[in-house]
Amino acid sequence: MNIHEFQAKEVFSRYGIPVPKGIVATTPDEAKSATAELGGQSVVKAQIHAGGRGKSGGVQLVRSPEEASEVAQKMLGSSLVTPQTGPEGAPIERLLIEELADIKQELYVALTIDRGHRGPAMLVSTQGGMDIEEVASNNPEDIHTEPIDPLSGMMPFQTRRMVRQLGLDPSVASEAAKVLAGLYRVFVENDCSLVEINPLIITGDGRVMALDAKISLDDDSMFRHADLLEYRDISQEDPLESQASDLDIAYVNLDGDVGCLVNGAGLAMATLDVTNAAGAAPANFLDVGGGATPEKVSSAVKIILSDPKVKRVLINIFGGILRCDIAGEGIVLAYKETGSTTPLVVRMLGTNVAEGKEILGASGLPVVFVDTLTEAANAIKQLNS
Amino acid sequence: MGVLVDETTRVMVQGITGKEGSFHARGCLAYGTNVVAGVTPGKGGTTFDEKVPVFNSVEEAVAETQANMSLIFVPPPFAPDAIAESADAGIPLIACITEGVPVQDMVKIYRYIQDKPTRLIGPNCPGLINPGAKCKIGIMPGAIHLPGRVGVLSRSGTLTYEAVGQLTALGLGQSSCVGIGGDPIIGTNFVDILRLFDADPETDAVVMIGEIGGTMEQDAAAFIKSDFSKPVAALVVGASAPPGKRMGHAGAIITGESARAEFKIAALRDSGAWIIPTPADIGTTAQEMLTSKGLVS
Repeated sequence: MNIHEFQAKEVFSRYGIPVPKGIVATTPDEAKSATAELGGQSVVKAQIHAGGRGKSGGVQLVRSPEEASEVAQKMLGSSLVTPQTGPEGAPIERLLIEELADIKQELYVALTIDRGHRGPAMLVSTQGGMDIEEVASNNPEDIHTEPIDPLSGMMPFQTRRMVRQLGLDPSVASEAAKVLAGLYRVFVENDCSLVEINPLIITGDGRVMALDAKISLDDDSMFRHADLLEYRDISQEDPLESQASDLDIAYVNLDGDVGCLVNGAGLAMATLDVTNAAGAAPANFLDVGGGATPEKVSSAVKIILSDPKVKRVLINIFGGILRCDIAGEGIVLAYKETGSTTPLVVRMLGTNVAEGKEILGASGLPVVFVDTLTEAANAIKQLNS
Repeated sequence: MGVLVDETTRVMVQGITGKEGSFHARGCLAYGTNVVAGVTPGKGGTTFDEKVPVFNSVEEAVAETQANMSLIFVPPPFAPDAIAESADAGIPLIACITEGVPVQDMVKIYRYIQDKPTRLIGPNCPGLINPGAKCKIGIMPGAIHLPGRVGVLSRSGTLTYEAVGQLTALGLGQSSCVGIGGDPIIGTNFVDILRLFDADPETDAVVMIGEIGGTMEQDAAAFIKSDFSKPVAALVVGASAPPGKRMGHAGAIITGESARAEFKIAALRDSGAWIIPTPADIGTTAQEMLTSKGLVS
């Protein structure tokens, strides 16, 4: 789960990481008064769950409260398209109005789980404010990676090493070390999958400050972070994806017209690949899971059918834990309730497959049965013509 | 033979009295697996299905039954503790089926078991099966398997069944099938299992199924190129996945160029592995490979 910059900065503040003075605004008037309160100038920052805002007009410097109001008027209610959002963009419902910062130096700091050493790693770079993927491919030597032992946690000698790597002035070294140590606590105590500050700045008067803030949380840890769940903003989620996630169904919206329902994530990815290889394009990834009931299968089918892109449906069930008769019942239920006539290709294997096919066969649905993945791909292709 | 498990494996099921645990413990027993103990704290002294004694702790279960493997079905908040308890008791092999263990718990557990005599498979995995030894330790449908000489290795559950189904349909039996799990942090990786298949006299060739996320397939490719003596057919799924989206498995997410399917496939092609063009071609590619090597007629 991603959270907004202003929320991440709230978290940072709780851990003693300095952030610029900022006020959240949801109307042009609020942006105006916030800017007045900050001394008549501010930076207006669109709050969306995607990076690349700066280059896309989502971060603007304003020189007066009136200008803040005008900029806010344009931003609020619009969608911001950045290289990370996709063509439809992300809706701007809130702005963070921040004081101007006196930037002397820009650094990059991040914490993530490094699969290589199977533990957390902190990344620091003097190339703050840049696209870090670009730095990583063009100047990898500019990024220092510090692997951390999860049992001992990040040790003070490691923060000192990173401060040295950053070549910081001794006058700010201890302040910077404190920020790095605080960031590690943020990462661990909130079960983050990513914490990123880009840029972490040194101000003209020698203070260290997080000018931006990004936090992604581990979805699997939310059972012990009820407080962080309140940060969820469904306006930033794809509506079908958030509907599916509430039903505990793994779903990702894609661009094609073949709605896919599969049990198991690996088989679901494989089904998308086979569909693509047949020259058709999947509309979604959907893993209905192992222990599904007819109601859950039905909800999953309804999510697929409610997607206006979907012109044909491919069901691929390798029955092990999920019984084929349960899948059949769920599919019929969804078609009956929605009155849909979208044609479907059904491939079922394994437990109770005869019963599953009988339920579907007797239902009168426009269904084509197939036995193998190859046949499934061919059948989907033929539905098109 | 086969790898990791066989007729001598004595299985203890942690979480045997739960919904998932009891269902799959029955499945393992029905396949012929030697399930010798169950563990559920608070339910010690009872008997599961009038066959399997249930204990309050791993320590007691091991002392009473000489269990030498643990199969874990404990819910995510408690799974790390279950793994640690088995490792502490000196259990040499653990398969953790549980999906949804927080990543930061797993990094600690991974470190914890490093100085224990324990190999962990998973979490978020289907388990492992040795069809020739009638030993199924996990949630896979046993009936699709056929004893034979192909090793199957995968990050996925149902896609492994798909692979096995295609092999069996062509009469290509399996020596062992190991699902290593779909999480970003897992106890045993591709290279670990490839090493075991390399040493196993009953395995002639390997079918390896990778997916997007991480760089484990590249590590496997490097190992295949330099150290692996048997033919490998490899598939990588997830070419259609958009970056930054978790495709069901917590570990199946593209977070950088090297996590993409095309980079993994390129590395595996360079290693000399037979590339399986689409998931529909697993069985046929394996058959071509085995035929060209003279391993089937």
